Amino acid sequence: MISIFANPHRFMKLSRWLAPACLAVGVALIAWSVWQALWIVPQDDYQGGDIMRALFIHVPSAWLAMGSYMGLALASFVWFIWRHELADMAAKSVAPIGAGYTAMCLATGSIWGKPTWGTWWLWDDARMMSVLLMFFLFLGYMALRAAMDTRQKAARAGAILAMVGAVNVPLIKFSVDIWASIHQGPSVMRMDGPSMPAVYLTPLLIGALGHLIFFASLTMTLMRAEVWRRRGDVIMARKLAGG
Amino acid sequence: MSSPAPIRAAFRQAIAEAWAGGAGALLPIGFFAGAAMLVPFTVGSEADQLAAIGTGVLWVALALASLVSMERLFQADLEDGTLELWAQEDCPLFLVAAAKILAHWTVSGLPLVLLTPLIGLTLQLPAEQLLPAMLAYGLGGLAFFLWGGVAGALAASVPRGGLLIALLALPLFIPTAIFGALAAEPGTVGPNLLFLAATTLFALAIAPFAASAALRLAVD
Amino acid sequence: MTDGLLIEADGLGAVRGERILFSGLHLSLRPGEAIVLRGPNGSGKSTLLRLLAGLTAPAVGEVQPSGPHHWLGHRDGLKPYETPRQHLRHWARAWGSEADPEAVATEMGLSRPIDVPARLLSAGQRRRTALARLLLDERPIWLLDEPFTALDTNGRDLLTSLFVEHRRKGGGIIAALHGDALSETSREVVL
Repeated sequence: MISIFANPHRFMKLSRWLAPACLAVGVALIAWSVWQALWIVPQDDYQGGDIMRALFIHVPSAWLAMGSYMGLALASFVWFIWRHELADMAAKSVAPIGAGYTAMCLATGSIWGKPTWGTWWLWDDARMMSVLLMFFLFLGYMALRAAMDTRQKAARAGAILAMVGAVNVPLIKFSVDIWASIHQGPSVMRMDGPSMPAVYLTPLLIGALGHLIFFASLTMTLMRAEVWRRRGDVIMARKLAGG
Repeated sequence: MSSPAPIRAAFRQAIAEAWAGGAGALLPIGFFAGAAMLVPFTVGSEADQLAAIGTGVLWVALALASLVSMERLFQADLEDGTLELWAQEDCPLFLVAAAKILAHWTVSGLPLVLLTPLIGLTLQLPAEQLLPAMLAYGLGGLAFFLWGGVAGALAASVPRGGLLIALLALPLFIPTAIFGALAAEPGTVGPNLLFLAATTLFALAIAPFAASAALRLAVD
Repeated sequence: MTDGLLIEADGLGAVRGERILFSGLHLSLRPGEAIVLRGPNGSGKSTLLRLLAGLTAPAVGEVQPSGPHHWLGHRDGLKPYETPRQHLRHWARAWGSEADPEAVATEMGLSRPIDVPARLLSAGQRRRTALARLLLDERPIWLLDEPFTALDTNGRDLLTSLFVEHRRKGGGIIAALHGDALSETSREVVL
């Protein structure tokens, strides 16, 4: 898998059709799960009535938010060890998308929280807190890269920060869980995975798969943009050297 | 092969620099006291209310004050060329980074810890809790300075990087802040103090290496 | 390390941004030798010195030094509050050197401003202080980036005589230079 992507030319050839294909499949799956969520799935009064339909966006966003931070850390690690340019491009591209998914997770959670908890925001929910922190980790990552004056420095600084963040995430998660358990708030979004009735679980899993494929398409598209940007830089540098 | 001499020299140099900067070392103290002083004016001066939030206020003020002079810790070394010299020493750069952060903590962090009982008294905290709480503030402050040092090293080459440092470091402060605040709540002191110490040890184990990788990047 | 070479660099290449500064560069420094790096601005003289000093990792190739080196970059490495005496004492301690900071400073013609903080010194005096570090600790390799910058005639003569002395003792020098200093006695590498 990784070796296919390791060569920029092969990546460009592959992603040229794979990115739009993923976009189409992802959007179709998301559309199906949203249709199911809004019109087919029966409402669950224990989860706040109609508003629980936000679950079908909220939970995939949460999964992808976590997943994209892991992806960022992994890509950073690969770049740090093997100095593989595509790994850095992947890290750079995943960050804004991950930040978008964390923001979407927070927004949907907050909208869901208003009628069920009676408030837009509840600090006691460990999951919401972890996602909020992840949002800040993404923001810091993007801000640090933007502050560096060359591409190589941005890659190195970003990789160091992402790895420091990654080793901290378990500790942050642990501390937030302990803290939330002491402050014992109402935990509404209890998703007990497979024990959920199939009528919920199927659209949820299909939707999550759709978001994952959509996410892959976005990442590839941003990586393609980055490859073009770097090709442009090379042309500029040649002109400088020639003139 | 690496003798302690360069590390001692780095420690001494960082302390000399903090004092030579005039008010440099006093700046965090002023910030710390000033931030705590705002609280009664904004939250209200009732003794019960202040006592309820006092420890939390001290933790927030400590976290923010630890970042005040972090911007210059490594940036000054980068600008005057000292960092280039350290980066070529036989002695590992992570030890130099650790020595500099610890020196910075000694000069700007320890005074904050020593000040906590005084400010705690004005925030109506029970006097008998204040001296034991200094241990927690000391441990937590050290973790703040270590993560702040990583952020400072990452932003060493960034002009006006102060806000960037805060954005990078604050999420890493969370575990320390949580266990620090819990360690101040009656009844849960013991285990939470141990958790707090664990987060500090964790920072001590990771931060010097991360900071030295960032410093190698800064001199490159 | 073998054949008594002080530094051996093989197939070095460096990139800045998207531009190749140099590639396939071979360089070896023998005891008693001075190599002068020449080339226009932006040709990579400083980058090559930084590669040799280990401050920057080469894009390709490797550098094998046989011993410790002294480094003098564009920046003098002085703290604004430090006096030359404090500065030299600090690095003597860090390097575990027995050299007397005062004697070294005197040798560099700094006996008068020895207790004046660096922020009050002239650029030439600061440079002399930085050069005095070379005398604190005996190291076979000197890597110097524009070492004559800001020095007056007397300072230039002084530095030239330090070079002669260092080479006589079997040390080697690699320096990036403008002008014709050292030109008659050294090998040149043009970038």
